[in-house]
Amino acid sequence: MSADCCENPAGLGEENPDLPDLSFQRGLKDGLPICLGYISVSFAFGMTVAQSGMPIWAALFISATNVTSAGQFAGFDLILHGAKYLEIAITTLVINLRYFLMSLSLSQKVERGMTTLQRLVLSFGITDEIFAVAIQQPGTVGARYLAGLITTPLVGWSFGTFLGAAATGFLPEALRTALGIMIYGMFIAIIIPPARQSRPVATVVVLSAALSCVFRYVPLFQGISSGWATILCTLIACTFAARRYPVNCAETEVTE
Amino acid sequence: MNTAYVVSCALLMAGVTYVIRMLPMAVFQRRLENRFVRSFLAYVPYAVLSAMTFPQILYSAGGTAASAAGLFLAMVLAFRGKGLLVVALGAATAALLTQQLLLAGVR
Repeated sequence: MSADCCENPAGLGEENPDLPDLSFQRGLKDGLPICLGYISVSFAFGMTVAQSGMPIWAALFISATNVTSAGQFAGFDLILHGAKYLEIAITTLVINLRYFLMSLSLSQKVERGMTTLQRLVLSFGITDEIFAVAIQQPGTVGARYLAGLITTPLVGWSFGTFLGAAATGFLPEALRTALGIMIYGMFIAIIIPPARQSRPVATVVVLSAALSCVFRYVPLFQGISSGWATILCTLIACTFAARRYPVNCAETEVTE
Repeated sequence: MNTAYVVSCALLMAGVTYVIRMLPMAVFQRRLENRFVRSFLAYVPYAVLSAMTFPQILYSAGGTAASAAGLFLAMVLAFRGKGLLVVALGAATAALLTQQLLLAGVR
């Protein structure tokens, strides 16, 4: 495997006039679809907490400090059952370990001038959806854009939690149920267009989806939590694709 | 409810989650030059999102039929290159309509 990469070619980063101007405002705007999707998910979380008899502030506090859907639901369930701290820590770790891979991927996507302090602050907002939208941008992304991209969803996440906890049954049940698919719709909108244009990406998408179904439906693997399953699918699919279709080192995007 | 316990647990969960998110960003500030690693990381977004979506999307909008209808429309819209919001709302609309049609059929 050739270890050395070529120089960063002209055209990556902010010098390129063809790339969109990734300002704070642009980030806020790009965060809007995520924000809307989050309202329905966090609404459900707020309701779950309120229905268990806990106060609204507890729901808000968990949402504002964690900003992660599956991790919060699982963690809250453990809290309700009075679980031990170690159990809660390990469950959270397993469910959220995928963020490690996302953060690693994002660390190669952000502007190299980003300071350590900016990294420490912005890391707080690395969610599945924010990562997905950030990584989709051509070229590199800067701190301002990321800050904007995090702000709108964060507001939506907290606001939705509050609404759900405060007004249980505010939205009709049928509508709330249907909105649950929005997050996955966004994921599909992110992975399908590049998969159409690039055979390697299509391979990764299909392989990872197939593995995920295997983990879900084959009885042998049913002891594996969804958190581990996601990580294993990612490791296997990416190792396969990276060996089979190594990207040209000049590229940041595999789709080009 | 034990307030101290709930607050401690929430902070514990938040701390664990933050460290996972922060470590790679803080540690890997330089460009990784290894071709395999770069390739691997370039494919991560697609693998993660695909594994999270399938087959979970089939259970995301209530019944399987409603979810499948949402999945179908989402795929069609995404294949045509529609944006995030259009695809997401399209999926929800298809799921909602299917759900309502099925309910009407039952009655």
